[in-house]
Amino acid sequence: MRVRFKVNGTEADVDVEPRLTLADCLRHRLRLTGTHVGCEHGVCGACTVIVDGAAVRACLMLAVQAEGAEVVTVEGLSHDDHLTPLQASFRKHHALQCGFCTPGMITTAHALLSEEPDCDADRVREVLSGNLCRCTGYISIVEAVLDARAAYGYESEAAKKP
Amino acid sequence: MRSVNAFIGSPIERLEDLRFLRGRGEYVDDLTRPGLLHAAILRSAHAHGRIRAIDTSGALALRGMRCIITAADLGPQVPTVPMRLQPLPEFEPFAQPVIARDKVRYVGEVLAVVLADSAALAEDALAEIVVDIEPLPPVADRHASAQNASLLFEETGSNLALKFHAVLGDAEAAFRRADYVRRESFRVQRHMAMPMETRGLLAEWDAARARLTVNGAAKVLFFNRRTLAKQMGLTEDAIDMVENDVGGGFGARGEFYPEDFLIPFAARHTGRPVKWIEDRREQLMTINHAREQECDIEIACARDGTILGLRGHAYSDVGAYMRTNGAISARNVAQFMSGPYRIHNIDIDVALQLTNKTPVGTYRGPGRFETDFFRERLLDMAAHDLGLDRIELRRRNLVSKAEMPYTIATITPYESKDAFDSGDYQVTLGRCLDEFGWAEKAKLSGKLIEGRYHGLALGCFVEGGAAGPKESARLVLETDGVFTVYVGSSAVGQGLETVFAQIAADALEIPMERIRGVFHGSTSCVSDGYGAYHSRSVVMGGSAILAAATGLREAIRATAARRLQCAPSEVTLFDDRARGPAGRSVPLAGLAEAPISFEGSFLNKKHTYAYGAHAAHVAVDGKLGHVALIDYLAVEDCGRIINPLTLRGQVIGALVQGLGGAFLENLIYDENGQFLTGSLADYLVPTASDFPNLRAVVLESNPSPINPLGAKGAGEGGIIPVGGVIANAVANALATFGVQPRALPLTPARVWHLLRDAQGPQSPAVR
Repeated sequence: MRVRFKVNGTEADVDVEPRLTLADCLRHRLRLTGTHVGCEHGVCGACTVIVDGAAVRACLMLAVQAEGAEVVTVEGLSHDDHLTPLQASFRKHHALQCGFCTPGMITTAHALLSEEPDCDADRVREVLSGNLCRCTGYISIVEAVLDARAAYGYESEAAKKP
Repeated sequence: MRSVNAFIGSPIERLEDLRFLRGRGEYVDDLTRPGLLHAAILRSAHAHGRIRAIDTSGALALRGMRCIITAADLGPQVPTVPMRLQPLPEFEPFAQPVIARDKVRYVGEVLAVVLADSAALAEDALAEIVVDIEPLPPVADRHASAQNASLLFEETGSNLALKFHAVLGDAEAAFRRADYVRRESFRVQRHMAMPMETRGLLAEWDAARARLTVNGAAKVLFFNRRTLAKQMGLTEDAIDMVENDVGGGFGARGEFYPEDFLIPFAARHTGRPVKWIEDRREQLMTINHAREQECDIEIACARDGTILGLRGHAYSDVGAYMRTNGAISARNVAQFMSGPYRIHNIDIDVALQLTNKTPVGTYRGPGRFETDFFRERLLDMAAHDLGLDRIELRRRNLVSKAEMPYTIATITPYESKDAFDSGDYQVTLGRCLDEFGWAEKAKLSGKLIEGRYHGLALGCFVEGGAAGPKESARLVLETDGVFTVYVGSSAVGQGLETVFAQIAADALEIPMERIRGVFHGSTSCVSDGYGAYHSRSVVMGGSAILAAATGLREAIRATAARRLQCAPSEVTLFDDRARGPAGRSVPLAGLAEAPISFEGSFLNKKHTYAYGAHAAHVAVDGKLGHVALIDYLAVEDCGRIINPLTLRGQVIGALVQGLGGAFLENLIYDENGQFLTGSLADYLVPTASDFPNLRAVVLESNPSPINPLGAKGAGEGGIIPVGGVIANAVANALATFGVQPRALPLTPARVWHLLRDAQGPQSPAVR
C-alpha cells in the first residue's frame, strides 16, 4: 500500500505491506535508525516518536495509519552543530549510558515539556514510566527533564519573584 | 602538571552522548547490506525431548525463502559452545551444541535457522516447519535434578555438573566451640540482565578472500573470534569481529551463544550477508539467565558477636548446559559468602545442578548479589538472637585496614587464593550511618504510621574487579598532530570512550580535544584484547593506556630527536610541539611521514576490591503487602575515581537493577519446564516511578596498590548488597510479627503471605 506522511518536515512517500509497523518503516524503509525497537509489544517505549504532537509507540502503529500525519523522530529534534537544551541537559546530568532507550526518552520528554512545561517531578516520573531504561536507574533522567523545563517556557517560582 | 591535565577525577561530560542524544548511534540493527538475508530462528517449545524429525519442506516452498539450516547441514560434528572461564574437564560432557540434533533440553533451544528476503518472511516460515519431538520427563528444579530420575545427559549418569568448595581454617572445630549457632535456608529467584538492546549479528563472508566479518560482537571479541575460527576451520586473522554501539551488557550480552556460530555459518553457507536480530521474547528465553541459587547455611558466633565460622551447602540451578561463564555465579556464592567480614573458618560447597531451563551466565555482581542476601539476612538474625545491635555486630567483624591484604577462602577446583587489596571498611560503614541519618531514622524501626510499618537496615559488601590476565592499548600520533587511542576493552554503554580519553589525555599531557577518538570496537584495534567483564575495563584498559603513552612518548622523542639533531633524552614534549636544546622545536603535526604508533599492555593476576555500605528505609503496607522505598543510600569507596559523573551513574544504575531483583524480576517456569515470562508485561523491571529516593556517595580514600592508576573496578557494587538490605529492612518493619523473608523477590503477594503466615500477635493480613 502506498502511504504518504511528513517525517521531520519532509514528505515521505512509501509503498509498504499493510503489516509493516511505523517503527520498521522509519528504520528500514526511510533509514531513520535513531528510533529504536526494544520490545515490539508496546512496553519499553524505545520506539517512541511524535505523531501530530503526541508521543506514540511506533511499534504499535502501522505505517499505513500514519497517512497524512506529521511524524517527528529524534533526528527531527536534533541539530548538526549543537545539542538542544533538552539534549544538553541529558548530557549534563549523565542521563544516558548505552544510549538505546535515549531517543525514546528524548521524544517522550519533548512531547511532555511542550505540553506541560510546568510539570513536577512526580508528573515526569509518571510520564517516563512508560519508557524502560536499564542503565541509569532513572534518577538522572528525571533531573535532566526537570532541568530542561526552562527552555520550554517554565518559570520557576524563584524566577517569577521581582 | 599542566592545568589541562586534570581530566582524571573530573566530572567530564561524555563524548558518546553527542551521537546517542541525536539518534546517531550505530547499533547492529541499524546496519544493512546489499543482498542481505534475514534470519529467524525456530526454537524448541519443549523443555526436554528427543527429536524425531524436522520437516522443512512446507516452509521452503514459501515466497522469499532462501534456505533453512538444521543440524543435518552442519556435518557429523556439531560444534559446541566452550567454557570461556573455568574451562574444567568436568564441564565438557555438558557443553551445548550450537543447534539441537538429538535432544532438546530447554524451551528456546535452537532447532533451525530460516533465511529469507525479509525478517517478516523468515518469521512467517517458522510456523510452517513441522517438528516431531518425543517428550521426556522434564527436570524442572534443582530437587528433581538431584534425584537423577530423568537425566539431561544420559551418558553422564548424573545431573550434577560439579561441586565447588570454599575452605578456610577449620570450620568443624569452630562450630564445636561456638556459643551460638543458627542454621537457615534462603533462596534467590532466577532473573536476568535484560539489556535494552536485544542481541543481533550481521555476518558477511567474502568468498574470494576467504574472510569473515561479524558485526554485533560485544564484550569479549577476541575470545569469540578464537572460538569461531576453530568452529569454522578458519585462521583467527581471517575473521574480523566488529563491535557496534551496544545497548547494554551487564554480563549477558556478548558472551558466545549458539547464534554466534550459526549466523556466520549461514553467511558462508549461502554466500550472502545474513542479519539476525533477536526479539524480546527470544531474549527473555535464550540470553543467559542468572541468580537462581539456594542455600542451607549455618553461622557460628561467640557470645560477644564475633563470627567464628560459616558452613553449609548451596545449590545453583545452572539450566540445561554449561557454557561460557556459567560457573562463575556458583563459584562466587562460595567464595564471597563471608563478604567483607573477618570469618576465619569457612566450609561451603555449591552444587551446580542441571535443569531443563535456559543456561545461566553472569549478571552484574554474579553470585555476589545472592550470597550477600544469604549472609546479611543471617547476620541480622544472629544479632537479634544474641541481643546485639545489628550495626555493632557488623562493626566488630569487618576486616580492618591493618589486615590488608586480607586472604579469603580458597576455592577448589580450579581457582587458587584471592585477597582483598586495600580499604578501611569501618570508614564507609560510618559514612553510611552519618549520611543516612541512621541514629534518628532507626527510631522508626517497626513503627506503624498511617497504615505502614517502617523498617531500616544496613549491609556491608565488597566488589571484585580487574580480572586479568592482560589488556592492550595502542596509542597513535597521527600525521596531523592529533592522537588516537585503540584498546582491547569493550564498550557496552559504560562510557569507556570518555574515561579512556581522560586517562590518555592526562598521560600524554594534552587537551582532550587532541584525542581524535577512542576505538574499541574491533579485533583489528590491538593485537590481543580481553574485553569487558568483572569490572575490569578502567583498571586493565586504563593501565594499558598508561603503558602505551609512556612508550609512545619515547617513540615521539626519538623521532623528534632526529629532526632536532639532538639526543632523545634532550627532547621534551609540550602541547603540540617537541622541543630540543637551544630553543629549537618542531610541531607534532608533520613530525613524521607516517603515524607513530605504540602498543602497550598491562598484566595483572590480582583483583581489586571496592567496598562500602548500603542503608535502606522502607514502609510496608500491612494490608496490601506493598513495600515502599522511602530512602536508600549507597556508599562505596572505589579507589581512584576517573570520572565521578559516570561512576555515580554506575552506582545508581546498578542499585536500581538490584531493586528490580529484590522486588520485581522473576523468570518463571511451570512444573513442565515451560517458560512463562516471555514478555515485558510478564517480566517486570523497574520503571521511573518505582524508586525515586536513591542516593549515592562515592569515595576514593584507599587507592588500589595493584595498578598504576590506583583505580578499582566499580561497575557492580551498586547491585551487590541490595537484596539483603531490602529483605532486612522488611524484616525490621515487620519484626512485631516475626516475619523473616527467606526468599526474593519481595512482591506484594509474597510479603502479604509472610504476614498472613506470621506467628506474631495481631498480624494485619489475617483479617
